[in-house]
Amino acid sequence: MKKKIALTLVLSLMLSLAACGNSGDTGADKKSEGVMTYAEYMDAALDSEVVIETYVQAKQSWWEDKATLYTQDKDGAYFIYSAACSEADYEKLTPGTKIKVTGYKTEWSGEVEVAEGATIEIEDGSYTAPATDVTDLLGKEDELIKHQNQFVSFKGMTVETYEKDGQSYDCAFVYNDDNSGSADSNSDLYFNVSKDGKTYTFCVESYLCDSSTDVYKAVENLKVGDTVDMEGYLYWYNGANPHITSVTVK
Amino acid sequence: MSKKMQANRKKTWAALLLGASLLTLTGCHGSKALPDFAMPAEFDASRNYEITFWAKNDTNKNQTDVYKKAIADFESLYPNIKVNMKLYTDYGRIFNDVITNIATGTTPNVCITYPDHIATYMTGKNTVVPLDSLFSDEKYGLGGSALLYDGPAQEEIIPQFLSECELEGQHYALPYMRSTECCYINKTYVEKLGYTLPDVLTWDFVWEVSEAATAKNADGTFALNGQNVMIPFIYKSTDNMMIQMLKQRDAGYSTKEGDIELFNDDTEEILYTVADHVGTGAFSTFKISSYPANFLNAGQCLFAIDSTAGATWMGADAPLSDISEDAFVDFETEIRMVPQFDPAHPKMISQGPSVCVFNKADPQEVLASWLFTQYLLTNEVQIGYAQTEGYLPVTKKALGSPEYQDYLARSGEDNNAHYAIKIEASKLLLDHTEDTFVTPVFNGSASLRNAAGQLIENVATSVRRHETVDASYMDRLYTDVTSLYRLDQKDIATNGKQELGPLPGAAVLLLCALAFSWLLILLYVVRDFVKKRKKH
Repeated sequence: MKKKIALTLVLSLMLSLAACGNSGDTGADKKSEGVMTYAEYMDAALDSEVVIETYVQAKQSWWEDKATLYTQDKDGAYFIYSAACSEADYEKLTPGTKIKVTGYKTEWSGEVEVAEGATIEIEDGSYTAPATDVTDLLGKEDELIKHQNQFVSFKGMTVETYEKDGQSYDCAFVYNDDNSGSADSNSDLYFNVSKDGKTYTFCVESYLCDSSTDVYKAVENLKVGDTVDMEGYLYWYNGANPHITSVTVK
Repeated sequence: MSKKMQANRKKTWAALLLGASLLTLTGCHGSKALPDFAMPAEFDASRNYEITFWAKNDTNKNQTDVYKKAIADFESLYPNIKVNMKLYTDYGRIFNDVITNIATGTTPNVCITYPDHIATYMTGKNTVVPLDSLFSDEKYGLGGSALLYDGPAQEEIIPQFLSECELEGQHYALPYMRSTECCYINKTYVEKLGYTLPDVLTWDFVWEVSEAATAKNADGTFALNGQNVMIPFIYKSTDNMMIQMLKQRDAGYSTKEGDIELFNDDTEEILYTVADHVGTGAFSTFKISSYPANFLNAGQCLFAIDSTAGATWMGADAPLSDISEDAFVDFETEIRMVPQFDPAHPKMISQGPSVCVFNKADPQEVLASWLFTQYLLTNEVQIGYAQTEGYLPVTKKALGSPEYQDYLARSGEDNNAHYAIKIEASKLLLDHTEDTFVTPVFNGSASLRNAAGQLIENVATSVRRHETVDASYMDRLYTDVTSLYRLDQKDIATNGKQELGPLPGAAVLLLCALAFSWLLILLYVVRDFVKKRKKH
C-alpha cells in the first residue's frame, strides 16, 4: 500500500512539474481562434494584418507607452517593435509572459517584425525558449535566417581584433560600430568573433543590455584570442546582427 | 548603424513632449532659478574648472577624433580648464537628457544642440546663457584680445548661420557646422531609362523617372536592375521633405509667433501626390524601408535624399557602408539640390549643429565654458570637423583659408578624405547658402516639425496597407497628428516659463488652517503625554 501511495505521489509530482515552467517543451503550440500559427505569420504578406500569440523572452525598451519586445513561441520568434503598451502593462511583461499581438507585418533592413503601433493583450500561459545552438549555421545565411529573432547560442568562438570596412581598430571591441561612442553614452558594443576561419560581428544592444549589465561589462573585458560561448537574440540588420545577452569566457 | 537609429528617431518627438512636461513642473511655485549671468571683468586663471561638453557625432569616428583633439588642444592652452566630453549619436537623446538635467539643476556646461531645442530649454528661467554680451566683450568675446587662440570675430561668422541662433531677439547659441539636404542619384540608371539629368531636379522629373523605374520583367524582377528590390525614390527625413515642399510653394507652415499653418490645401495636395507614388512602389521613406544609402549603393534606388552630412555613406564608392561589399553595384553617382517646384528660385533647408552654453551659479565657470565654446569655431576645429562629412564650416575665416580651399580643390583625389561626393555636397551648400532657409523657432516648433513628417509617414503606411486615402482620411489624419503632437496646445511648455506670482489668498488661508490644525493636534498629544506622566 505504501508503495502504491509513494508511486501515486511521485506521478502526481511529475505531472505537476510538467504543468508548470514548460521551458524547452517541444510540443505543438496551440493557438486561440483567429490567431495565426508561426508558419501562417511567416507566409503573410508584408504590410498585411497579423494576429499572433507569443511569449515574451526579453524586453528591449519602453518609451511613451510603446514597448519593443523579443518574443518567441515553440515554433519561431517574433520581434515586436514599438507596440502600444502602458507602463503598468510593461511591468507585467516578464520572461515567459504570454501575449496576443495584433498589428501589421513589416520588414526593415531584412528584419521581419510586427510594426509600430500593434496592440498587446496579456494572456494566461508561460513559455521560456531554450537557446538553440546555431554556431554551425553561421555563414549559411539561408539556414540561419530561419532562426531570425530566436534566442540562440554560439559556442567556442574566438574573439578577433575588431575590424570594419577594412580598418583595424587594434582592440577586442568598440563603442558603436566605428568606436565613435563611449560607455558613458551607453553606446552599443560591437565585437568580432570567428569560427572555422570566418569572422562575424556581434553586438551588445544597449537598450536591451545597458552599460550596467554583466554582458556589457564582460564584453568590455574581452581580449583578442579569448574563446567564448554566447547567448542572445538573432536580430537582423542587412544580415545577421545577434544581440548578445551573455558571454562566457572559457 | 542599426535599428536603434530608427528607434531613436521615434523617441525624439516623445522626448520633446516629455521635456515640455518636465519643464512645466520646474515652473511651479518655489522652483529655484539661477541668477542672470553677469560677465566677470577678468577670467580667474588661478582657479581650476571642470566643465562638461555634450557632443553629437553622426556615428563617425573621425568626428569623435576631432572633438578629442580639440579638447586636448584647448586644455593645453588653458591647463586650468578640464573638459569632460559625453558623446551622443542623435539629437533626441541629448535633448531628453538636457531636459531631465534642467529639472535637477545638473545641465552640461556646453552642449551641441538645435535652435528648436533651445527654445524649449529656455522655458526654464535663466537656463541658457544669452551670448550677445559675451560676443562683444573686448577681452573674451569673439576675436577678443585676451583669448589664447585665434578665434573668429563676430563679423567672420556667416551672418545667415549666426542669425539662425537668434531667439527672441538674442543669440542663444553659436553655429557649429552647417549642412543641407541633397539628392544622391544613380545617374547610370536615369540615363538607362532614357532621361537626361537636369542641373536642377524638379519634383515632376523625379516622380516621372521613379515611375518609369518601377517596370518589371515577366519573372517579377525589376527591368532596370534585374533584382527583386527596387525603390526608385527614398526620402530619409520626411519632416524636411514636407517643410521644403511647402516653402518652395510659398505655402503655410507656421508663423514666427508659433501659429500653426501646416494643415492647408498645399499640404493635402502634397500628401495625395505621395500616396499616388507609394501606391505604385515608386516612393518610400527611411522609416518604412531603411537607410536610402543602403538601397542606392546596392543599385536598388535612383534618387536618395539625405543630408549632405551623410555623404560619406552615399554612392558606388562610398567609404562608409552598412551593406556588404558584394552587395555594391557599380554606377555613376551624381549629386543635386533637393527637387524644386521652381528651378529658377531654389529653396533648401539649412540644418546642422549649433552649440549653446548653460548658465551656472558661478560666472567664472560660465566664462570658462564660453572660452571652450568659442574654441570650437577656430579654423583647426572647423576645418577638421567639416572634412569628416559634407558639412560646411560656419566662419568665413575657415572657408577662405588656404587649407580648406585646398581640400575642396582635391575633390575625388581619393575615396576617403577627398571622396568626391562628400566634397561636392559641401560645395553644393557653399554655392547655395543664399537659397537656404530655416523654419521659425518657438516653444513647440520641434513638435510641429515632427508632425510635418508624420503626415507623410502615415499616408505612406496607409497606402501600403491598402487603406483608402481620401478627404475623410485627411480629416482624420489631421486630427490624429494634431492630437499626437499636441499641436492644439499652443506653446505646450510656456506654462513653465510663467511667473506664477504669489499664492492666491484662498490658498494661503487653507495652508494656514492646515498648519493650525497640526499645531492643535500636537498640543493635544503633548498635553495627554504630560497628564499620563503625572498619573504615574
